[in-house]
Parts: sequence; structure tokens; C-alpha cells
Amino acid sequence: MQAGLTIALSKGRIFRDSLPLLAEAGVVPLDDPEKSRKLILRTNRPDVSLVVIRAADVPTYVEYGAADLGVAGKDVLMEHEGDGLYEPLDLQIARCRMMVAGRAGEEGAHPRRLRVATKYVRTARAFYAERGVQAEVIKLYGSMELAPLVGLADRIVDLVDTGNTLRANGLVPMDLIAPISSRLVVNKASMKMKHAAVKALTADLAAAVARRARGEGG
Amino acid sequence: MSARDRWLLPEGIAEVLPAEAAALERARRRLIDLFERWGYELVVPPFVEYLESLLTGTGGDLDLQTFKLTDQLTGRLMGVRADMTPQVARIDAHSLRRAGPVRLCYLGTVLHTLPDGLARSRSPIQVGAELYGHGGMESDVEVLCLMLETLAAAGVRQVHVDLGHVGVFRGLAREAGLDAERERQLFDALQRKAVPEVQEWLARWELPEPVRARLAALPLLNGGREVLGEAAAVLAGAGEAVRACLSDLDQVARAMAARMPDVPLHFDLAELRGYRYHTGLVFAAFVPGHGQEVARGGRYDEVGRVFGRARPARGFSTDLMTLIALGDVQAPAPRLGVLAPWSDARALLAAVRDLRAAGERVVSALPGAPADPGELGCDRVLVEREGRWVVEALSTPFVREPG
Repeated sequence: MQAGLTIALSKGRIFRDSLPLLAEAGVVPLDDPEKSRKLILRTNRPDVSLVVIRAADVPTYVEYGAADLGVAGKDVLMEHEGDGLYEPLDLQIARCRMMVAGRAGEEGAHPRRLRVATKYVRTARAFYAERGVQAEVIKLYGSMELAPLVGLADRIVDLVDTGNTLRANGLVPMDLIAPISSRLVVNKASMKMKHAAVKALTADLAAAVARRARGEGG
Repeated sequence: MSARDRWLLPEGIAEVLPAEAAALERARRRLIDLFERWGYELVVPPFVEYLESLLTGTGGDLDLQTFKLTDQLTGRLMGVRADMTPQVARIDAHSLRRAGPVRLCYLGTVLHTLPDGLARSRSPIQVGAELYGHGGMESDVEVLCLMLETLAAAGVRQVHVDLGHVGVFRGLAREAGLDAERERQLFDALQRKAVPEVQEWLARWELPEPVRARLAALPLLNGGREVLGEAAAVLAGAGEAVRACLSDLDQVARAMAARMPDVPLHFDLAELRGYRYHTGLVFAAFVPGHGQEVARGGRYDEVGRVFGRARPARGFSTDLMTLIALGDVQAPAPRLGVLAPWSDARALLAAVRDLRAAGERVVSALPGAPADPGELGCDRVLVEREGRWVVEALSTPFVREPG
């Protein structure tokens, strides 16, 4: 963590959707991450640089101050242990829903101990514990929709965007766990030691989000 | 564990090798001397004690952090201390029972079940000071200044101080009539400065508008000294208790400006670190390049109650290993000594005794073992010349690399 600001972003949708907001806040990358192999990207502002990392790593980078700020999905933040981060702004990008899904026709109460396949172990455990349901959580890294079809699990907990993948595999959404969108996250020490720069950027981003919500720009 | 990894230490448990141990010991002495000059008496609480006394009034976090074992003598559960603060509070409330203010300091290894911070340590060396028996802001200022002196003594530079007051949130939550569950939900969102969540909860609870607006403002009230002015305006309609907290903060800021004008102060009214047991002002120290706080402290007036005597308390603590990593305490250059042969000769034994009494470092060359003066840290030898034992320089003087 140097004198300027370092912002951690993840590749893909969050990066693409963050760029217009950052541009409105006056931050434009000079390198294109799709083409460049650089891990640290310079921007038009000499005091601001971007690091492009895996989505699940963003909270770790920001919590330990390797980046001052970051953009992380609420799904990733719900999985991140502890309360070592500030998340002052909902950027309202990369929106989807964290849902429970299962095979059509099995919506009712389950006869035996529920097996749940998910990438979001912490979130799934918390969700079922809160409802008083004893569930066995199985960690998978992808293709969650397959698990109920081959008898590996009774339910899945996953992000649902359009629901097309669920439908194509004969699954139906059952419970909404949380609406998901990306948040601006801030390192605690940066918030205190660089508060002028951090607050100004947060305010600019908040203004950009508000303009977009009103249908202007974006 | 296979024979191959028998050397492996548990995760987060560290050993300290000579060079670093020398730096550690130097820092330890400096800090204890500093505390002594400020009138703080050293106490040494036990490494293990019964769980009840270790965990009283500290909330679930410390319970989770504490390693537990069964006392074979009584069948009761004991805990290895994860935080020395409650132990020192017990010493003040139960063991000392003095009438006036008591100033105590402590230093020792604590053990945590869960790794913490970037270093992922589970065995920090906690060092801190506590001031009991005075309820005014003057003692907050004294403890805060001592925390800054502690960091300075360890050579930690460019310290920023973050000041908060848990009484602000506590007062506003009481005025809003929040039950324990709602207070917990709001606390959780405030701790993360999750503005959208704070607004969502507040909208859902249908609070009177002025009460809602005051709580909604909390996560935004952070920044430089101007924040106190903003807070005074935004929270003007709040009760006496909340306004007293703001006045506390203002007085501490003034006192710090007079004492340590170069230390940047940051104010954060939603900083609720240690909310469960803190009762007033809270503070923490940050340094550039380190993403987490390096020292912390505050007021916790209720801590002695379970030991029969609730009285005002303030304190701070930090981790000596963190101070060594961030500060500039160097190991002193190793003192080169005198290599002496092993013998029963009375004249030799007397010579060795005299040298050691004079403060020299004398190392015995053990028979049958290699006696490389360099490895043994010696630049001179004790030799017999005409019936007398004299110290002579080695023909090829060895200079040991510092560190």
C-alpha cells in the first residue's frame, strides 16, 4: 500500500461493468486487461492503479491492505470470513440472485437429511441453520446443476441470473437467499489514513450509480 | 506426523532465533522501562486459569479464541489466556483493592485458537497498560499518549490515530428502542459501514424520522476533525448521553492537539471495535503500509464488576512481534568474548570468575568439541603466560556479522 490508491477488480463481468462507473469517477485504465498480461494496470490518474485478480481473492487483498479498495460481489463477501472490510456502496452492477434450486416436483419438505451441493458453503450453512434445517453441505467448484440429476445432492445453492441453465436441466428455483450485486469494499486502514482520497472516490462512484439509477448516463 | 516433518510447528506458532530474540528482548526492556517512567507497575498474570474468571464479561469472541483444558485436580475447565486484559482487571478489582487510581502494565505470550492478521499468528506477545479508578477524559488521554509513546519507543513511525466512541451508537440505539436482535443486526452492518444494509434495516423498522436519520448518518460520520462539527449538527436532537460522548471526543482531540500535535487524528463514530465490553472512547493506531491496526485500546468501565468491583478502566494493548516487524528495534551488535580452556586449575577458574564479574563474556572451550572462536563469538583467548592467565587477542581477529 503506497501513497496512491490501488483498486482490486476481478476479470470478466465485474471488470466490464465497473469500467463505466470508474470512468465517470474520473479513473480510466491505460492498459487493456484483455490484451495486456500485466497484473497491475496504470490509469489516467498517476495516483490510482488497478489490480486484476480472481473474484474470490478481492476481499483478501483489500482486508490485508494489498489494495485500498475493491469491487466484490455480495456472494463473495458472504463467503468471506470475518468483518475486516468496509462495504460502503452498492454499485448495483453484476446483479443476480443467490437461490436454492432442486428438481421440479420435489419442492416440499424433504423426508431425510438434506444434501446440498454448492460453491457457497458458508452461505448455504448459514441459510439452513437459520431455518432450523439440518443440511449436509457438499462443496463443488462448478456445474452445480448436475448434482441433483445424478443423485449427488437434493438441492443446490447457486447464483441464478436468467434461470435458463436451471430450466434446461429440469431444475426449479425454490428459495431466494439474497439478491446479489457488486459492492465497493474498502480497507479499514486506508479508510482512516487516506480518508480524503477514499471518500472522494466513493462519493464520485455513488453519484455515478445514482445517475444511472435515474436513467441518465451509463 | 511422519518422521520427515517432526520439526514442523503448529500453524501460527513461532519460535524466535537468537538475532530476533535479542531485538525482542531489547524492545521488551525499553517498553517496561517506559511504563515504569510513566508510573505503571508490572504484573505477571498466570498463563492458565479457570475459564470463569478468564472469560467473564468479555463476550463470545474471546471464548472462541481460548484454548481449553481440564484441570486434573478439580475437574474444572481451564483456559490458556487469549487476552491478558481481563486478568489484569481481576488483579485490580480483587487482589489489589487500592482506593485511588491504579496503573498496571503487562507483557506476555497469549494463545489464540484462530490465526489473526496478515502474519496469521496464534501466539502473539501481548503488551499493554491499564489505568483504573478515574472516570474522566484525562485518563483516556494519558493511556492514548502512552500507547503512542510505546509505538515510538519501538521505532514505529508515521502513526495515525483513529478515535471513536461506542456510547454514540449505544445511546442512539436506546433512543430508537431497538431490541437486542435489531441492535445486533444494525451493529453488524455498521461495523462493515454497509450503508445500503443500514438503510434497509432502518426503513424496515418504521422508526420516527429524526431517530432514523441519526442512525443512518452514523456510517458516514468519519474523517478529520470536521467530523465532530458535522456530528454535532446531525445529532443535535439526540439525548444528553449522546451529546456527552461527542463532547468527550472533542475534549480528547483538544488535549491530544496540545500534547502530540503531529499525530494525525481520524474520527469514526461507527467504529464499534470491542463494542461488547467497551463503554466509551475507543482508539486504534494505524501506520502506512500496514492494512490493519497495530495497537488498540479504550474504556471498559464494567470489567471489574464480576470480580466485585466495577470501576472506571482504560487501557491499550499491542503485539510485540508486530512492533518488531514494523519498528526499527535492532538486535544489539553481539558482544565478542573471551575463549577459555576447560580445566580445574584454580588460577584459571579465578581468572574466569574475575573476567565475568567485570562484565566480560567468557566461553569455555569444551574438550573434544570444535572450538571455533568465530562460531562461539570470541575475539580473544585466555592463555597461560609464565604461570599467569592473561587475555590475548586472536592472531586473526574474527569479526562477526551483526544480526
